[in-house]
Amino acid sequence: MSSTVNVIERKQTERVTVAYEHPFVVRLAHWVGGVAVLVMIASGLQIFIAFPSFGPKIPQQNFWIPPKSIVLGGWLAGGIQWHFAFMWFFMGSGLLYVVYQAVSGHWRQVLFMPRDIKGVWPMVRHYFLFGKKPPVEAAYNPLQKLAYTAAIFFGVLSTLTGLVVWKPVQFWWLTVLFGGFRSARVWHFASMCGFVLFIVGHLIMVALHGWNNFYSMITGYKRGPEYMD
Amino acid sequence: MSDEPQSSRPGNESHPTDGPEHAECDPLQDSKAEAAMVARERFGPAGEPVRDVSDPERKRMNRRELLKLVPVVALGAFAVPKFQQGLLDRGLEFGDWASAKLFGRHRLAETFRNNDVAPLSRFPYNYYDVVAPEFDPATWTLTVAGLVQRPGEYNLEQITALPKVVQNTRHVCVEGWDVIGNFGGTRASDFLRAVGADLTARFLEVECLDEYYESIDMATVLHPQTLFCYEMYGEPLAPGHGAPLRLQMPTKLGYKQAKYLDTIRVTNVLKGGMRGYWEDQGYDWYGGL
Repeated sequence: MSSTVNVIERKQTERVTVAYEHPFVVRLAHWVGGVAVLVMIASGLQIFIAFPSFGPKIPQQNFWIPPKSIVLGGWLAGGIQWHFAFMWFFMGSGLLYVVYQAVSGHWRQVLFMPRDIKGVWPMVRHYFLFGKKPPVEAAYNPLQKLAYTAAIFFGVLSTLTGLVVWKPVQFWWLTVLFGGFRSARVWHFASMCGFVLFIVGHLIMVALHGWNNFYSMITGYKRGPEYMD
Repeated sequence: MSDEPQSSRPGNESHPTDGPEHAECDPLQDSKAEAAMVARERFGPAGEPVRDVSDPERKRMNRRELLKLVPVVALGAFAVPKFQQGLLDRGLEFGDWASAKLFGRHRLAETFRNNDVAPLSRFPYNYYDVVAPEFDPATWTLTVAGLVQRPGEYNLEQITALPKVVQNTRHVCVEGWDVIGNFGGTRASDFLRAVGADLTARFLEVECLDEYYESIDMATVLHPQTLFCYEMYGEPLAPGHGAPLRLQMPTKLGYKQAKYLDTIRVTNVLKGGMRGYWEDQGYDWYGGL
């Protein structure tokens, strides 16, 4: 009996090191944006089924018909409804994140710069070819910076091209910028492909780094961060 | 990729050796150690605050941060069958509201050179019921009703007598395809003025020979490129393209541009469940480009 009390007391006073890695705004933007981007991809592919081509209607040459199992909405109007509802969450969370990073100064840790280029390959070799882990030099390694910066780029690209596809007349200057309505539709699709690549890589890395790392994106706190050892 | 800061900042402190292990049995010393720790605040490589806390405290902190994210779960309402359609409908309404705000009354859709126009044989058309409803060109009239000073029947000669506008504009279908065509007709605004319509009314309702129906916001109806179109490529409208008269609006998607016009009505109130053939099945009402 007394030993149980001892164990409990010990547990209550034992101290663990925790680091507050992800501020609330970043976590909020991450999860709202994460849900939104999945809905946007699935509903966007539903919309694409209605005309799965980038050329003229006559003669129509299909590029790729997305399988029904990965699309959302049931039919064209349903897909549009999801797309038009979640585009606000998508843009809102992206804007929140970008503004927060800009104001807080945290963008310096995340933004991929020319000096990061040389560090990308060693990280790729480490993760995918069992290479030696390169010495750690900053909060995020060059491959992480590249991935996160690319994700923001795809967000901006998909938003701007999405505005063209939605309102080519009202946003005529964006239509000109992206080389016309049809060309913007191609870039809109390409930005979606970019997101899919990012998400696959992101999920692989999350799986590799375990629960503790994943949980820090929920509560903000990482227990026993490796850099404090 | 994971959000995982990986380095120690130079000068970063490691675990203080006189920390929790020694204080474990002595509450007084514990609080002293804590005070010392607060004084020497530590940071991770990205400047994140690092603290040593007891396990219950850690759990409390986690719970507090977890609760702050609970509003995100509200997005799950979209997955609840009972709320889903209502929320998606609100989304469409919000999009329509934003669309009307974005619409520039004097902003013109791009016009194209004759070389850019697709041949008529490659100008697609969709239909929902019959390719071309039957009508007698000799007796066809457009019925004009609602908030107008001179309601009644107008034949094609009366419509074509008004100034003619010819334009090469892009026709965009909600499906995603587009085509540049050549259209000729009379400005809807000219015709509405000619019949003494109340231009401050909110909507124009149209009914078609094939029982298709639509309703358009007045701002778009009065746009200078909105036509009552009776010609394509210099020829009277072909049956598939909406003969004898159709709406042509380069600022709207194809489904708004009703063909085979039969009746137009100027109104401030849309009949419930009659906002448009496709809109009543789930497409957005504004449909603007």
